[in-house]
Amino acid sequence: MSDKPKKKPLVKLKRPMPEQDPHARVGNFNEVALGYAAEDAIAEAGRCLHCKDAPCKQGCPVEVDIPEFISEIIEGRFDEAADVIRLKNNLPAICGRVCPQESQCEKFCLMGKKFEPVAIGRLERFVADYALEKEQSEESPVKSADGQGRRVAVVGSGPAGLTCAADLARMGYQVTIFEALHKPGGVLVYGIPEFRLPKQVVQAEIEYVQSLGVEIKVNMVIGKTLSVDELLGEFEFDAVFIGTGAGAPRFMCIPGENLNGVYSANEFLTRANLMKAYLFPEYATPIRVGRRVAVVGAGNVALDAARTALRLGAESVSIVYRRSREEMPARLEEFLHAEEEGIEFNFLRNPVRIIGDDRGWVTGMECIRMTLGEPDDSGRCSPVCVEESNFEMKVDTVVIAIGQSPNPLVGRTTPGLEIGRRGTIVANEETGQTSREGVFAGGDIVTGAATVILAMGAGKKAARTIDAHLKEG
Amino acid sequence: MLYPIVVKRTLAPGVRLYEIRAPLVARKAQPGQFVIIRVNETGERIPLTIADFDREFGMITMVVQEIGFTTKTLAKMEVGDDLLDFIGPLGNPSKLPDSGTVVCIGGGVGCAPLYPQVRALGEKGVNVITIVGARSAENLILTRELGRYSKELHITTDDGSEGRKGFVSDVLKELIEKGTPIDEVIAIGPMIMMKVVSGVTKQYAIPTVISLNSLMVDGTGMCGSCRVTVGGVTKFACVDGPEFDAHQIDFDEQMKRSAVYRDQEAKALERLNCGCRNGH
Ligand SMILES: Cc1cc2nc3c(=O)[nH]c(=O)nc-3n(C[C@H](O)[C@H](O)[C@H](O)COP(=O)(O)OP(=O)(O)OC[C@H]3O[C@@H](n4cnc5c(N)ncnc54)[C@H](O)[C@@H]3O)c2cc1C
Ligand SMILES: Cc1cc2nc3c(=O)[nH]c(=O)nc-3n(C[C@H](O)[C@H](O)[C@H](O)COP(=O)(O)OP(=O)(O)OC[C@H]3O[C@@H](n4cnc5c(N)ncnc54)[C@H](O)[C@@H]3O)c2cc1C
Ligand code: SF4
Ligand code: SF4
Ligand code: FES
Repeated sequence: MSDKPKKKPLVKLKRPMPEQDPHARVGNFNEVALGYAAEDAIAEAGRCLHCKDAPCKQGCPVEVDIPEFISEIIEGRFDEAADVIRLKNNLPAICGRVCPQESQCEKFCLMGKKFEPVAIGRLERFVADYALEKEQSEESPVKSADGQGRRVAVVGSGPAGLTCAADLARMGYQVTIFEALHKPGGVLVYGIPEFRLPKQVVQAEIEYVQSLGVEIKVNMVIGKTLSVDELLGEFEFDAVFIGTGAGAPRFMCIPGENLNGVYSANEFLTRANLMKAYLFPEYATPIRVGRRVAVVGAGNVALDAARTALRLGAESVSIVYRRSREEMPARLEEFLHAEEEGIEFNFLRNPVRIIGDDRGWVTGMECIRMTLGEPDDSGRCSPVCVEESNFEMKVDTVVIAIGQSPNPLVGRTTPGLEIGRRGTIVANEETGQTSREGVFAGGDIVTGAATVILAMGAGKKAARTIDAHLKEG
Repeated sequence: MLYPIVVKRTLAPGVRLYEIRAPLVARKAQPGQFVIIRVNETGERIPLTIADFDREFGMITMVVQEIGFTTKTLAKMEVGDDLLDFIGPLGNPSKLPDSGTVVCIGGGVGCAPLYPQVRALGEKGVNVITIVGARSAENLILTRELGRYSKELHITTDDGSEGRKGFVSDVLKELIEKGTPIDEVIAIGPMIMMKVVSGVTKQYAIPTVISLNSLMVDGTGMCGSCRVTVGGVTKFACVDGPEFDAHQIDFDEQMKRSAVYRDQEAKALERLNCGCRNGH
């Protein structure tokens, strides 16, 4: 470490993060962004102005004490920095990688007003990776005795469930997570690809949660194997938290959607990530990627599917999106990475029909051009078709990534649980309380598809309410 | 938790019965439902119908036809070996009528998922007429068990080596033409068999239920791999089925969809047969 003088010149730009070369990386599934080295982190941390009111904090849904952990980095005290983050965030190695920082913490950073904001996400990632590498979690964390051995069931092991479980375990509750798939992690394992979020990182964060005493039972489809009522009844849990996410794929309801070669992004990514189809036949699950792939949609899910298709050997991959670049919901960094890798972006285009041959395989996709009309309720301009502007794209694979809805399984099998219009479970967003006594919910199942950090925030709030509820009862 | 194979028995060439200990699945299992299994860490998730269950001992019975990489890998496992993952019971239970005459049709290994339904119907006192078909006498399975709960049992083989020579649909047509009052038909077997049966009963407007073998990944409504057009609307076989009104199904689409991975499946099988790193 250098002893920096207190008054230092402003560094206008973020310290770049080393990345795999675009040409090399499309041939592998290794992580694209390689992370800061210690000297990068210290230099970047040095850009922070230590603003008194720390506006960056209000942009973070879980209120990480950003200037505090940045100060620890400047001093080279990375373990302490990790402790500061962990106070608010159980999954920092994940958030540092996948939070849409440009619309959260970094959006409010004062440095960003004139220059580039402090690279808070990259710093968080650095600290978390450092801590994981040191297996700092060895020393078993202190538990308060408040929970008095009461038992809480958590349904779903995505970020909402993991966070709720970890917080409750810290408060001294006995927590069991029930996960439908054979691996815990939710979207972090089945959706977000290895090259963006290495599964080893997710595994390490899950092990940290387990080290707090949380038990994880996989292969448990709640609503089928066991019901919420059974958990509260004969299995004697005192409360249940539902964090089952928004995992049901949406389709466009256009002709040709059931042709061979049409995938939902969920299926495509699940085969590739969870089932490791990119290692076929060493791993037994097949995936079929043609030569020319179209991905419909432009969120993180769409970009992940597109970049996965490229890595699986597609010759060309095009994003087809009905709005314009400005409305694109994906993280900025992913968009830039995708562009570098050669993904084509077709804005203001919308599919109207998928075309197949007589054996049922996709041969093309008919699209129509769009233009942006008046802003709608959400403030976004709604796209309008341009009459008679239809054209055909020659593709042999179509991946549909236009969004996911909540899976109805738990709702359908839990009497008295109020379900919202779009299939979400109705819960108070501040407390997680549902219409059923003792049943709480949070994350994508309540909000519809959102973000990792918001799901974690909901898990945290619910943990607090559950604690209060059980102390009362 | 691991799921040990407790019983393994050969029913016909390439068809084996397994009993797996999985108490939580057995606790809830009902006729018509299925499980998803994964044999080992590199394995695929494959769906298998629950052919029988024993709640007291926590056992699930499955009858498996060895057709590809995963089913053949399973066949190499022995009693005492564990399946890595075992998920269920998935799908909706069969909706079985309480009275009347039901014709139950099983083709090949389809007789196994048919069996718990025949038994449940028989126990309710429903008049069950069962028709089973197979390529040849040696491919027939569970005929004795099916016969026990059926008022009539008809057997057909493609080569005439047992029962009558011909197809299950021939017997069905005869029954109908003879004027047998049939309230419902349940058919489980190869897609082409179910399509033909459905074609026959549609002519006579006899309600018909079939069980679809779509390609699946999760089995919980998350991927859409199992989608099928039913009455012009897309459904997911794993959560909306696996049983559907046969007359609403687009069988041609289903048959095309089941061929999506034919090339890859052949490649996987090659690996198994070459003997290197079997099943890993
Ligand atoms: C491909 C992809 C990329 C994304 N990229 C980003 C990104 O870069 N940044 C970001 O912030 N967000 C991203 N998101 C969104 C983010 O992942 C989600 O908002 C977040 O994971 C929601 O967390 P959750 O805990 O509510 O649900 P999930 O992560 O969906 O987890 C729910 C879990 O519950 C399980 N479950 C469901 N039903 C049952 C049941 N009946 N019984 C038992 N278990 C059940 C599921 O199997 C799953 O494991 C992405 C999403 C996808 C799909
Ligand atoms: C709800 C459901 C219940 C089922 N119940 C049973 C059962 O009780 N017993 C049983 O033996 N099989 C059953 N199947 C079929 C079983 O899942 C497949 O045979 C198995 O997945 C094949 O895996 P594999 O790796 O051995 O063969 P693969 O190499 O995957 O396939 C070999 C051949 O089988 C075809 N095939 C692949 N998957 C399926 C499928 N899901 N259905 C039909 N054909 C397929 C392929 O097109 C290919 O020609 C069921 C399927 C479903 C969806
Ligand atoms: S958790 Fe996300 S929003 Fe909060 S500081 Fe970290 S990267 Fe920023
Ligand atoms: S707003 Fe930016 S500069 Fe100010 S304390 Fe936060 S990170 Fe540092
Ligand atoms: S198997 Fe995935 S949705 Fe049915």
